[in-house]
Amino acid sequence: MAVVRIPALFQPLAGGATMVRASGATLLDVIDDLERQHPGFRDRLIENGAIRSEVIIAIGSDEAAGLAAPVGEEDEVHLLPAIAGGR
Amino acid sequence: MVTTDKPHYNVIGTRPVRPDGIDKVTGRALYGADISLPGTLHAHVKRSPHAHAIIKKIDTSKAEALPGVKAVVTGADLPTAEDGSRADNSTNVLAGKKALYRGHAIAAVAATSEHIARQAADLIEVEYEVLPPVLDVRDAMRDDAPIIHEALRTTSPKGPGEKPTNVAAHIQFNFGDAETAFASCDAVAEGQFSTKMVHQGYIEPHASAAMWNPDGQLTIWTSTQGSFPVRKDSSDVLGHPISKVKVIPTEIGGGFGGKIPLYLEPVAALLSRKTGRPVKLRMDRSDVFEGTGPTGGTSIKAKLGATKDGKLIAGYADMAYEGGAFPGSSVMLGALAMFAPYDIANVKIDGYDVVVNKPKNQDYRAPGAPAASFAIEQLVDELAEKLGIDPLKMRRMNSSHEGTRGPGGMPFRRIGNEECVEAALSSAHYNAPLEGANRGRGVASGFWFNVGLRSSVNVSIQPDGTVNLIEGNTDIGGTRASLAMQLAETLGIAYEDVKPMVVDTDSVGYNDVTAGSRTTYSTGMATHQAGLNLVAEMKKLLAPKWQVTAEEIEFQYGTFRAGEQSGSFKDVANQIVGPNGAGLTASGSVNAGIIVGGAFGLHIVDVEVDPDTGKTTILRYTAIQDAGTAIHPSYVEGQMQGGAVQGIGWALNEEYYFDETGRMANSSFLDYRMPTTLDVPMIDTIIVEVPNPTHPFGVRGVGEVPIVPPLAAIANAIYRATGVRQRQLPMSPRRILETTRGIE
Repeated sequence: MAVVRIPALFQPLAGGATMVRASGATLLDVIDDLERQHPGFRDRLIENGAIRSEVIIAIGSDEAAGLAAPVGEEDEVHLLPAIAGGR
Repeated sequence: MVTTDKPHYNVIGTRPVRPDGIDKVTGRALYGADISLPGTLHAHVKRSPHAHAIIKKIDTSKAEALPGVKAVVTGADLPTAEDGSRADNSTNVLAGKKALYRGHAIAAVAATSEHIARQAADLIEVEYEVLPPVLDVRDAMRDDAPIIHEALRTTSPKGPGEKPTNVAAHIQFNFGDAETAFASCDAVAEGQFSTKMVHQGYIEPHASAAMWNPDGQLTIWTSTQGSFPVRKDSSDVLGHPISKVKVIPTEIGGGFGGKIPLYLEPVAALLSRKTGRPVKLRMDRSDVFEGTGPTGGTSIKAKLGATKDGKLIAGYADMAYEGGAFPGSSVMLGALAMFAPYDIANVKIDGYDVVVNKPKNQDYRAPGAPAASFAIEQLVDELAEKLGIDPLKMRRMNSSHEGTRGPGGMPFRRIGNEECVEAALSSAHYNAPLEGANRGRGVASGFWFNVGLRSSVNVSIQPDGTVNLIEGNTDIGGTRASLAMQLAETLGIAYEDVKPMVVDTDSVGYNDVTAGSRTTYSTGMATHQAGLNLVAEMKKLLAPKWQVTAEEIEFQYGTFRAGEQSGSFKDVANQIVGPNGAGLTASGSVNAGIIVGGAFGLHIVDVEVDPDTGKTTILRYTAIQDAGTAIHPSYVEGQMQGGAVQGIGWALNEEYYFDETGRMANSSFLDYRMPTTLDVPMIDTIIVEVPNPTHPFGVRGVGEVPIVPPLAAIANAIYRATGVRQRQLPMSPRRILETTRGIE
C-alpha cells in the first residue's frame, strides 16, 4: 500500500493527517482510494480527467506524467502545489 | 571545472562563437523598438500619478481633437474578464475602476508621431478620488489597513476568509515537528529580515507593435520572453480567438523574468483595430520602473536550531511577500527554496501573499529565493560562529543530497549540492588569506528548482547536408548556440553545420517561456528528440539505397553503418535529399514537467567596509555552481557572473525608494543604482558538473541559481568586517553607518 504524503494545503481534507496509506496500481486508483477514505480529494487533484494544473503529483522522486502512472506498493506519493509565482 | 561521471562529447563542452553574435555586435539585430511598418502610428500611455485612487471620470475629448491623433483607448475598450488571473492581467494592462499603483496605465493615444501622442496623453483629463496607499507588506496585513481589492479574501488551508483583506493567501509547509525539535536544540539563531522591491533592470525597455487586419488576423511584434504565452494572454485579454493571433518575437535585450507578462501588446492591438493601421508603443526607463513588474519586497522572521556538533535539526519561517497591486507574489517559491540546501528533519513555514499599492509583482531570476536565502544563510552563518565551526564545513555536514527530502517533501534525485561545498572548500579563494582592517569573507549557498515545461522544434536537412533548427524560444542567454550544440552532438556533425533560428508562433509547435532556466534543458530535450527522429527517418530512406533494412543500419558518432557500407551524416544527407532530393524534416516535442532535478550554487565573497562612509567594496568574488553538464561553458560562466552582479546590486544599492504617497523617487538609472563594471571585480567561476539524470546530456538550468547566494554571502562578509549583522536590504552606505554606529 503506497504512502500518500499530504501537504498542509490538503491536510484539512484528511482530518489533519500528514500521511495516508492508499492502495492502487495506478495513480488514479490511489486517488480513488484516497477519495474513499477522505471525500473531496478527487476534485482537488483531478479536473477533466487529468491532474489539475495547479497541482504536481510525484511518485518517489519523479513527477507523475499522468493518472495512469504506475504506483508500487512501497512508493511514496507526494502532492505538491504547482510551482508558480509572480505571474 | 569540477566534473563527475561525464561521457566524452565532441561538441558539448566546447566554446564556439554564437550564431547571432555578428548581428548583435554590429547593430543589425532587430529589437522591439526597431520594428517599423509602412504607415505606423506611434502611441503613448497615460499613467496614474496616484498610488491608490478611484477613477471617477476619464475625458478624452481634448486629446481626440488634437490634430494628428487617430485613436484613444481606455480600460473600457477591453472586454470584461471574469476569471481572476485573466481579470488581473486585463486590469493591469489598462486600469478599470481604480488606479492601484503610481504608473498604472489609464489610457493610450495613437497619433502620427510620438510627440503628438505624448502631447495628447497630457490632454486626457482624469478625475480621481485619491485614497490612502498601503506600501509596506506588514502594514498591509493589519486589520486597519486600507483595502486595495474589496472582493479579495484570504485563501488558506482552512478555506477562504470571510472579510476583505490585503492578504491574498496564507500557505503552510510542515515537516516533522519543528516546535519539539527547537526545544532540544543546543544553539538557536533567529532574526527578522526585510528586502525592498527591486527591478530586473534589463537594458532594453519594453516595445511592441501590432497590426489588426480587417479580416481579424492580429499580428504582434514584441520583445518578450514568451511569444506563445503572449499569444494566449493577448487572446484572453482581447477576447479574440487564439488562432487569429500571431506573435513575432524580436531580439530581446534582457528579461530576467520581467518580460513574461503583457503590458503594451493588447494596447497596441486595440489602437490598431480602431485605426486600421499598425501601431507601435515603447516605454522609456521611467515607464519601465513604474509601469512594469519588479520583484516585491519581503519581510521574513526566521529561526534555525542545531545540536552542539552542528547538525541542523529545526527551522521555522514566517514569510510575507509583496504581490504588488495584485495577488501573485513569489512567497511559495521562496518558502519551498528556503531550506532546500540543507537536510533538516523538522521545518515549519507560514507564508503570506500580500497586495500593496506598488507595481504588480513579476518574476525576477529565481523568484522568491534570494530573499529567503538572505535570511536562512545568515542564520546558518550565525550558528556556525556560535558553535565554533567553519561556515563551509557547517554547510558540508548539513548539505542536502540524493535522497534528502527537498522542497515539498519529496526526495531529491542526484544533485550537486555537496560537490559545490567541496569545490568551495578546496578553492583557491577560500584557502587564500584575507588580511587587513575592515575586511571580511562571507559564504552562502543557494538553490533553485528549474522547470521543464513544453518545447517543440523542427529540424530539416539542407541540400549541402547542413541542418536548420527551427525553435520558438526567444534567445536571451545564448540558447541558439546551446541548442545547436546539442543537435550537433546528437547528429555527430559540426556545430557550424547547424543553423538555429527563432520563429513566430505560427511557424513551430508550442513553446513555453524562456524562463525557469528551462530552454537549454527542455528545448534541448526536444532538440535531442528531433535529432533522433531525423536519424530514424534518414535510415528509412537510406535502407533501399543500401539494400538493407532500416533496422540493420547503425548510427554512431555521425556515421551510418551497415556491414561494409558506411557513410557520414553529410554523405547520407546528400544521398537522400541532395540536389534532387525531396527534403527531410523531423520534429521533437516534449512536456518535461515541473520537477527537473533542481540546482545548487555557493558563493564566496571578500569585502572591505569603509568605517567612515559605510561604503562596501567587493574585493574578490567566486561563484560555484552545479551546471549538470555545461553545454557551452562560457555561457554558463556568463550566467553565473551576471547573476552574481545582479545580486551584488540587490545587496548593496538597489531599491524602489517610495515617498509616503507611493511615488517612486528614483525611477531612472541615475538614481536607481545598479552596479557597473567599475563597482565589481572579475567574478571568478567554478563550474561543477554532476549530470542531471533527467536530461539526455545531463543538463541543469543555470540562469537563476547565481542570484540566490549573493545577498547573504555579502551580508555575512560585512558581518565579518564590521561585527554587525545586516537584517535589511539594501546594505547601502547609509544603512551600514546606521547599523554600525547604532543610529537606526
